[in-house]
Amino acid sequence: MKQKEGVIKPKTKRAKRFLDNRAPKLTENVKNAMIMKGGNTSMTVTQALKDIYALKKPSAVLYKNITLKYNIFIALPFPITNIFCLQEFFSKKTDSSLFLFGSHNKKRPNNLIFGRLFDFHVLDMIELGIEKYNSLSAIKNSKCPEGTKPMLVFAGEAFDHDDDHKRLKSLLTDFFRGPVVPSVRLAGLEHVLHFTALEGKIYMRSYRSLLKKSGCRTPRIELEEIGPSFDFVLRRTHLASDDLYKTAHRQPKALKPKKKKNISHDTFGTKFGRLHMQKQDLAKLQTRKMKGLRKRRGPAAAAEGETSSKTAKVEVE
Amino acid sequence: MAACSIEDLLAKAEQDEAEKLKSITVQKELDLEFDIGNLVAYDKNRIDIRQFREQKKEDFLRSLARDNTQLLVNEIWKHPTERVEEVIVVKLPEPTTPLPREKPPPKPRPPTKWEEFAKLKGIQKKKKTNLVWDDVAKNELHRLRNIARAQKIKVPGVGLTPTAQQSKTDLARAVNVAKSSTASAGKFQDRLPKEKAPRNTGKKRKFQPVIGNFSNEKQRQLDLLKVLDSKKPRLDVNKAVNKQMREDDREESAAKFKKGGKKGRKGGNFSGKGKGGGGKGKGKGRAGGKGQGPPSGKKGAGKPGKR
Repeated sequence: MKQKEGVIKPKTKRAKRFLDNRAPKLTENVKNAMIMKGGNTSMTVTQALKDIYALKKPSAVLYKNITLKYNIFIALPFPITNIFCLQEFFSKKTDSSLFLFGSHNKKRPNNLIFGRLFDFHVLDMIELGIEKYNSLSAIKNSKCPEGTKPMLVFAGEAFDHDDDHKRLKSLLTDFFRGPVVPSVRLAGLEHVLHFTALEGKIYMRSYRSLLKKSGCRTPRIELEEIGPSFDFVLRRTHLASDDLYKTAHRQPKALKPKKKKNISHDTFGTKFGRLHMQKQDLAKLQTRKMKGLRKRRGPAAAAEGETSSKTAKVEVE
Repeated sequence: MAACSIEDLLAKAEQDEAEKLKSITVQKELDLEFDIGNLVAYDKNRIDIRQFREQKKEDFLRSLARDNTQLLVNEIWKHPTERVEEVIVVKLPEPTTPLPREKPPPKPRPPTKWEEFAKLKGIQKKKKTNLVWDDVAKNELHRLRNIARAQKIKVPGVGLTPTAQQSKTDLARAVNVAKSSTASAGKFQDRLPKEKAPRNTGKKRKFQPVIGNFSNEKQRQLDLLKVLDSKKPRLDVNKAVNKQMREDDREESAAKFKKGGKKGRKGGNFSGKGKGGGGKGKGKGRAGGKGQGPPSGKKGAGKPGKR
């Protein structure tokens, strides 16, 4: 539990760099995930955890066997009890803010708990039960290289209407999205994770996309199933309170994009800007020479044209 | 006739386009929502449960996935691409889905001692501008060079010609050069009350490089050995004796001067030779006269030595 100006002060530059990497930053690192097993796990669960670890490598840690003192409590992180202290402890050790906890018992067979942390305290936890599972090794196809940024697709109305599903959507995005990059190699868009919410169940499939030639620039997609496929059923959830959720989303001011002044849009999408002119001597304005309107010694000629006022609204684009 | 053919052509062109795009178009009731920054697509269309049950589950899911992925890829391909080291890369926009942070945003760190001091004093950070070629200086330099060439005299260095911006060091150097360009090499030029003595004006010692000329080094080492070996003293006895005699003379006259007081002063025209020489005496040369009185440097301090 190292804090920079707290418990341990770094004595070397390397230690200082390490601690700075873990300290709160403006733009954060990739979220690490801890994958661990509870006291009692079935083969399915173990294999499932291994597969998800493979998907999430290298930003994941797989714990082989956690000998937890209070086995009883593990089975029920709901209501919140001691399990959290352990998760928090481990998350501080490995600087992870996502976790995946697998367990198995009679009441809840093949249980997976996806969770995320904010400031090393639990933010959200969602329990999913595995109903059907095909592992990576069962599906015999060539796999995607490790560490490719996957494309995620969420299908189904439930992901839009149901609160739990919405949080689940956010959690799964957070879990599987990988590092945030400014650009992506076009040929490297291979991995697709597809989540379908249907009849209270969530089907997760993992495909490898083949980019085939089509007549035009955009390729035609053909899919080939590779990775693990899960049929999840949504069990319990423990979602963060609204204000905690809001605090977690608060972005530092420095990250907010700087608003360009003087640009406004109207309802049609036209971009407007304002031009500020100096005070113009209207008598000395240079306009088109209209001989007929030239000032005679008689009464002054009428306006030679509408002169612009001090500020003029100019349409841009 | 021409009109017909144009129409036909256009129709044909449209058809071709449609054909081309057929392979990548997907019909959906509702358009998908995309978050390209995260490579995510959200499909809010209703899924036909009957169809799902009729077909084999996997096939249904796979076709659904294929359609959605096609739409996502179409959207991604709309973004600008660039070529980075023989690889075509698409520039992704910022992610739009709000996801919670890992840790709270960083707190502003407390200002350091220097920062506080600077704020107190109102010191602002001044950025040093890069050196820019000064046209004025160039003109000056060329002008002087021309003059020198015409009159066949030497031209002073770049730093000594007057320019618009002269730094402290430049000015100091110019002052020093001016001072020492008198007949007596600046020995009698008075200094301003607070002016400090110029540093780094001694003779520059040149050291041989450590590894270089092996034969030279060998020669030097052998010479050194020869000196150490030889029985003759390095000391030039004559010179040492003369020096010592001079010192003794001076001591005497200094003693007389003290006694004499004013009278002595008038007649004080010592051939105060080598006060400098005495002080500068090489270590080895003075070895002989070590035991005989205090170093001569002190004695001659009263009057400037006349050479």
